[in-house]
Amino acid sequence: MINFNKFYKLFNLISLSLVIISILLLFFKGLNFGVDFKGGTLIELRSDDKNINVTSLRSSFSKMNLGDFNVKKFGNENDFLIKIEKKDTSANAIEIIKKELTSSIGGSFNFRRVENVGPKVSAELLKSGVIAIALSLVAMLFYIWIRFEWQFSLGAILALFHDVVITLGLFSLFNLEINLSIVAAVLTIVGYSMNDTVVIYDRVRENLRKFSDIKIFELTNISINETLSRTIITSVTTLLALVSIYLFGGEILKGFSLAMIMGVVFGTYSSIYIANPILVKLRVSQKTILKENTE
Amino acid sequence: MLYFSKLRITLVSLVTLFFIFIAASNFQDSEDSFISKKINLGLDLQGGSYLLLEIDNGPVEIQKLQNTTTVIRNFLKDKKINFNDLRIENKKIIFNVSKDNAELVENFFLDKESEINPYYNQYKSHQFDLEIQESEFILELSKYGLIEIKTSSQDQALEIVRRRVDEVGTNEPNIIKRGNNRILVELPGLDDPMRIKSLLGKTANLTFRFVTQNSNDTFGTEMLQFEDGTNEAMVSKRIILNGENLLDAQPQMNNQTNETVVSFTLDRVGAKRFGKATSTGVGKQLAIVLDGKIVSAPTIQSVIASGNGQISGNFTFQSATDLALLLRSGALPAPLNIIEERTVGPDLGQDSINAGVIALMIGFLLVIMFMFFKYKIFGLIANITLLVNLFFLIGILTLFEATLTLPGIAGIILTVGMAVDANVLIFERIKEECKKEKNNIIAFDTGYVKSKTAIIDANITTLIAAVILFFMGSGPVKGFSVTLAVGIFTTLFSVYFIARMLTGLYVVRNKEKVKLI
Repeated sequence: MINFNKFYKLFNLISLSLVIISILLLFFKGLNFGVDFKGGTLIELRSDDKNINVTSLRSSFSKMNLGDFNVKKFGNENDFLIKIEKKDTSANAIEIIKKELTSSIGGSFNFRRVENVGPKVSAELLKSGVIAIALSLVAMLFYIWIRFEWQFSLGAILALFHDVVITLGLFSLFNLEINLSIVAAVLTIVGYSMNDTVVIYDRVRENLRKFSDIKIFELTNISINETLSRTIITSVTTLLALVSIYLFGGEILKGFSLAMIMGVVFGTYSSIYIANPILVKLRVSQKTILKENTE
Repeated sequence: MLYFSKLRITLVSLVTLFFIFIAASNFQDSEDSFISKKINLGLDLQGGSYLLLEIDNGPVEIQKLQNTTTVIRNFLKDKKINFNDLRIENKKIIFNVSKDNAELVENFFLDKESEINPYYNQYKSHQFDLEIQESEFILELSKYGLIEIKTSSQDQALEIVRRRVDEVGTNEPNIIKRGNNRILVELPGLDDPMRIKSLLGKTANLTFRFVTQNSNDTFGTEMLQFEDGTNEAMVSKRIILNGENLLDAQPQMNNQTNETVVSFTLDRVGAKRFGKATSTGVGKQLAIVLDGKIVSAPTIQSVIASGNGQISGNFTFQSATDLALLLRSGALPAPLNIIEERTVGPDLGQDSINAGVIALMIGFLLVIMFMFFKYKIFGLIANITLLVNLFFLIGILTLFEATLTLPGIAGIILTVGMAVDANVLIFERIKEECKKEKNNIIAFDTGYVKSKTAIIDANITTLIAAVILFFMGSGPVKGFSVTLAVGIFTTLFSVYFIARMLTGLYVVRNKEKVKLI
């Protein structure tokens, strides 16, 4: 048996500082919002011409008077991603860019993907993304409250909050792009992390019923150990699936799978080191559970 | 105790075969096979264009206010009520009525059966909200008045957009309403939406009006620019004809001038009016005005009574074709703005499918290798379950003809990773029970029973996240939530029906085995 409970304090401190650093990052550095949430134009370009590179594209685009823009390589040697902040959704904006580009670098390229999002739509998408994440946290809070007791619900929700904040903090730190699929990833993280927490909580509750003489500090440790092999195996299989999406699923799914990988790692960790210490702090005992049964 | 009836085994096998069959139907090309259902590929996988259009209702509201002003003027004149200063200000209609008539006029507007301020019986609110400040009457479109305008212009716009897109002839376009002032257009297979965008960007409001030098024209005049921007002319506001009078329009080569023109045919009413106007106006210039710009202003040479005519104006064959198309399909009630566009080329779509399939196969292989290594026979059973689960998932997506997107494929791969969780929970529990219980069958049963609550709770939490994502997410992300949610149900089914049966049959045969898992 591993004594997880010996490190409750240490890891709580680490988690707390990670959460604080993440919040500071989110506040002061902010997130790198993609076209979905900031509006603007995104073009994925593939060229057949070896002479076309980031530098030549950059100089062609800077001649077009499009305001702030960003050119980078996208996966393959001859694939590029261009992001233009200008919110020009007029019907022929893309056509004009195509024409000017042809005259400056020749016609040996094609636009594989074009996304043009107006300011109104991007603001709405951002709003609905934030609402979705908030709503999912509230829904989980209620579900656990109904299935368990409020102490469990509080522990689970803090663990979730921890996972979401640190994942977003890492996205801020490494300047990774936040787009619609990242919102999907965050929601799935919420589901996964919850899933993990619930399995351990289920065991804690079972053990609380069985042993009246074991203190919660000891009891959480027993429960974590009893479910440990399951926790590890499921994390491994999920990570195997995610890593294969990250490596082979194409450039578009990279951000999504990376967010999910981080989320699964933090979700597994927080089920042990956030969700359980909170039960200890809240002095959960057999009484907490029995009260539930008599109701 | 642990007994599976022949009937049950047969049923489960049949269901499994059925779904394998359905899932396989996706890979058949023939249209006339027994099941013609297929998973739809999202625009991000098959390539295509997604356009979100917003209707700019401002001009429609102003039009409505102007019409209502005329109605009010005639109405009050009819009732012989004196009024003055009837005007539109800040989207409000304002007029003054003397004190003695105020109550009477107020009744006209607030009566439940009011002719000039309708809707009360339908919405329990009038079309216009009335505010009276001393003798000043202020009318403002009510919430329902605005909704009525929005929905009716959305209905009309939808119809016109559909006609224009159909005329261009793209395959299976999807055109639907969004909210009460937006229209979503999905054009599968179209990798350059330039032409459609420019066609949808035009209101195509066509009018025929006389050019005039006299700024005191009874109907009022306005200065309009020519389309090429070089010139302008004063045009009467009196409309001789508009696009609604057009029966047909086609691009044509004019043999005499060697010019591309748009020839049109008018309906009966239009032909009559056109004949009358041309007979009184020989020698005058008739301006053909499209969306506030003069296309051309030919001088009337002779009476045109046939109802056929031509529009010239420096057209290329393409622009003449487009104008004819716009005129045939009719004018939009209000301008449309493209507020969101996403276009994916077909080669990128195919690349995404390939990458997704490779990631799925590799993910699947890694997971089944790990499970076999970890659990041996039980791992093998879990892997068979996982494979069947995949068939169920694809089969159900096929039955509902769901739309598969790139994030949707990610959802399937993620399901592969997470689906084994239920079996892992059960196997680990059985292992624990085996330590306390010598009887393998009892340990097996207890394992299933005791792991149930954890499995249900764990899956419901993921389901909650998927449902929220379905309602809040848009486009491709929605596809992810669908596969994730369906994956949860197929997982539970395959675990409790297939894995339980297979493991059960194995346990019954190995009752005496010392180390079961």
